[in-house]
Amino acid sequence: MFGKLSLDAIPFHEPIIMVTLAGVGVVGLALIAAITRFGKWGYLWKEWFTSVDHKRIGVMYIIVALVMLLRGFADALMMRTQLALATNGHLGVLPPEHYDQIFTAHGVIMIIFMAMPFMTGLMNIVVPLQIGARDVAFPFLNSLSFWLLVAAAALVNVSLGVGEFARTGWVAYPPLAELAYSPGVGVDYYTWALQIAGVGTTLTAINFLVTVIKMRAPGMKWMQMPIFTWTCTWANVLIVASFPILTGALALLSLDRYMDFHFFTNDGGGNAMMYINLFWAWGHPEVYILVLPAFGVFSEVISTFTGKRLFGYASMVWASGAITVLSFLVWLHHFFTMGSGANVNAFFGIATMIIAVPTGVKLFNWLFTIYRGRLHFTAPVMWTLGFMVTFSIGGMTGVLMSVPGADFVLHNSLFLIAHFHNTIIGGAVFGYLAGFSFWFPKAFGFKLNEKLGKAAFWFWQSGFYFAFVPLYILGFMGMTRRLNHTNNPDWTPWLYLACVGAVLILLGIACQLLQLYVSLRDREKNEDVSGDPWNGHTLEWSTSSPPPFYNFATLPVVHDIDAFTDMKEKGIAYARPACYEPIHMPKNTSAGIFIAAFVGVAGFAAIWHIWWLAVIGLIGVVASFLVRAYDDDVDYYVQPDEIERIESAHLKKIAKQA
Amino acid sequence: MSTHVNPAHSAHAHGHEHHDSGSSTVLGFWLYLMTDCILFATAFATYSVLFQNTAGGIAGKDIFELKYVLVETFALLLSSITYGFAMICAHKGNKAGVIGFLLVTFLFGALFIGMEVNEFHHLIVEGHGPNASAFLSAFFALVGLHGLHVTAGLLWMAVLMLETRKRGLQPRTLTRLSCLSLFWHFLDIVWICVFTVVYLMGAM
Repeated sequence: MFGKLSLDAIPFHEPIIMVTLAGVGVVGLALIAAITRFGKWGYLWKEWFTSVDHKRIGVMYIIVALVMLLRGFADALMMRTQLALATNGHLGVLPPEHYDQIFTAHGVIMIIFMAMPFMTGLMNIVVPLQIGARDVAFPFLNSLSFWLLVAAAALVNVSLGVGEFARTGWVAYPPLAELAYSPGVGVDYYTWALQIAGVGTTLTAINFLVTVIKMRAPGMKWMQMPIFTWTCTWANVLIVASFPILTGALALLSLDRYMDFHFFTNDGGGNAMMYINLFWAWGHPEVYILVLPAFGVFSEVISTFTGKRLFGYASMVWASGAITVLSFLVWLHHFFTMGSGANVNAFFGIATMIIAVPTGVKLFNWLFTIYRGRLHFTAPVMWTLGFMVTFSIGGMTGVLMSVPGADFVLHNSLFLIAHFHNTIIGGAVFGYLAGFSFWFPKAFGFKLNEKLGKAAFWFWQSGFYFAFVPLYILGFMGMTRRLNHTNNPDWTPWLYLACVGAVLILLGIACQLLQLYVSLRDREKNEDVSGDPWNGHTLEWSTSSPPPFYNFATLPVVHDIDAFTDMKEKGIAYARPACYEPIHMPKNTSAGIFIAAFVGVAGFAAIWHIWWLAVIGLIGVVASFLVRAYDDDVDYYVQPDEIERIESAHLKKIAKQA
Repeated sequence: MSTHVNPAHSAHAHGHEHHDSGSSTVLGFWLYLMTDCILFATAFATYSVLFQNTAGGIAGKDIFELKYVLVETFALLLSSITYGFAMICAHKGNKAGVIGFLLVTFLFGALFIGMEVNEFHHLIVEGHGPNASAFLSAFFALVGLHGLHVTAGLLWMAVLMLETRKRGLQPRTLTRLSCLSLFWHFLDIVWICVFTVVYLMGAM
């Protein structure tokens, strides 16, 4: 009846997990009680959960990302503690089978459920505003994408209390990930969560590509699109071109596991390297999907806070394009040790090195933008400067490892771990955090506390070096990744130091939580009245903070790359039109929630082989999709008097402040 | 295409701000097809790598019956033509023609799927199922992936026949017919690749 599912699936004998679950349960119940107490369920459902407004969906994406950041970081902290304790004959606190799940969950959560939603959230909030659009091309699809992500994230979190998560590392390489060596449900949680999240990501990418192709403001040429929008667009091209490969690879792995196929098995003629090639044909573009939008954030931040136009706009656009193309030509550098021969390795090694060229172009563009500018040292700028130093180091260790000979020595060592954290934290995460404080006032109407923001930066920055420079050194000393305990006294001091680094980053995260609280408390003091708190360059700053649900009362006409600067110089910013016209807007819908819920149920059922439930889930998906497809009541017109009212209130506020 | 799909909106002053307007939907659907194309490319790449890994069992030339597959192929190719006729009728506003040609298309598609299922059944009964070797796994996955797509297309076609009958050829229905048209022709192109790479090259 319940497939493989029974009460044994709940890990009662693992005190760490049970305490965690109890904690999550208490916090969850407290949250539910508070929402009920203040009667906010209706508000949340009507205004947020069912919203098709890209700004609100973006905010929800970032909330998911921050929650998952806490979970993924807790995993990191446990790993660093374990490795600091489990030396010289001690076994530490985490048994190997649990430790293996933790490093797998850490990787999956940080990439798929922290970085991706953070990036998608920023893109959701900012891109339609930057191109002067009132929403995305397919607002309902946008809501569906978000809820698919939530369903997938729920599966990952359920695995903590029901069954287990994969013990394979976040790449789930076969033959280890095959049924013969991973007979539990862990790998199935992994594959279904990634498949569901992947579908959502692909739909988002299609949605935003159509949005920038079809819905740019009148006059906005391709080479006038703000740079953040451009980098997101390249990232979306990468998503569309690479995510189906992951879908395919995971589907084949599932066929092996569920139906005894022989794609990647040791017997029957299977070839495990086929999976590894496919995985990285997605995996390498994926890291550029993460980092290109971050590059866009840095570009916006640097040009805004120097008060100058971005240096080399066109070269920035094409450098991103070059990275987009090159990122598909380097996947083999993840396994030079496969043994494909010197010539093949040389090709991929050189292709990898070439990526440093467009990346270098970008770095010099940022430096030249700062040159002779008047840089304001705000929190977003601190993140950007920290990124420029940190990411350069990460880039150089990457070029080092792109030499196949060097890679043979460093492959699978902690040097590699240090390298990719160097680029992903120092590149992507710093970028998202810069974007978070940069666009926070746009999304919520008040600025974040600067002091705590800078404190957070310094803890993150110093913590990063404390945590990962020891890993470079340990890599050189021969320590491999995914060890549960060690017995080499030479490594011990470095493992202690790395643990200190993790604690420093914890302090950084604590500062950020405190910053949110303090900023919310002082929101009236830090209110962003004009909607343009940083003297911004692009269209998102031309509307109020937070923007009205229709974004722009009249669609802006664009004549320049820095469209809003251009309007301010011509004195036509904030101009009131002669009259307002009705605006066509989509209605909120709960269809996305229902479809995603059925998908989640089907996924859970498939993980546990509860086939009748999987069939119900699938039927539910199709049925709720059809209900939505034949719903005729999906849009409406905002009338001029309502627009007039909202716009007048905003203009009055600006006049009062001036 | 867009002028046919959404004539009401083309003259509208704010045409570009309309959600789900026909041309955006068709563009979005085309982008989806490109992702599907890459999914098929993944399956083709896997098949190409694994087709010699027969694990001592049968190879393609032992099991492929080209004449049988040729009939299948023609069923699918003809269905593409009849779908084209359905679209011509749609643009002329000929509701009965649309439903009639979709029905013919549906029957050709169902014939194709029926023959494919029969082929699979035959192979499995003979002991040449997907569990026998990496080659057969890759064969069943690639051909089966295409078959699943055609099946989904048939279900969609049934829904659209009902929609056309009940609601007539409204702009929204026309957009959907255009999307399914893209999907159907796309599957035809993929099948030509399957026929060439799997059956013709495998039988040699």
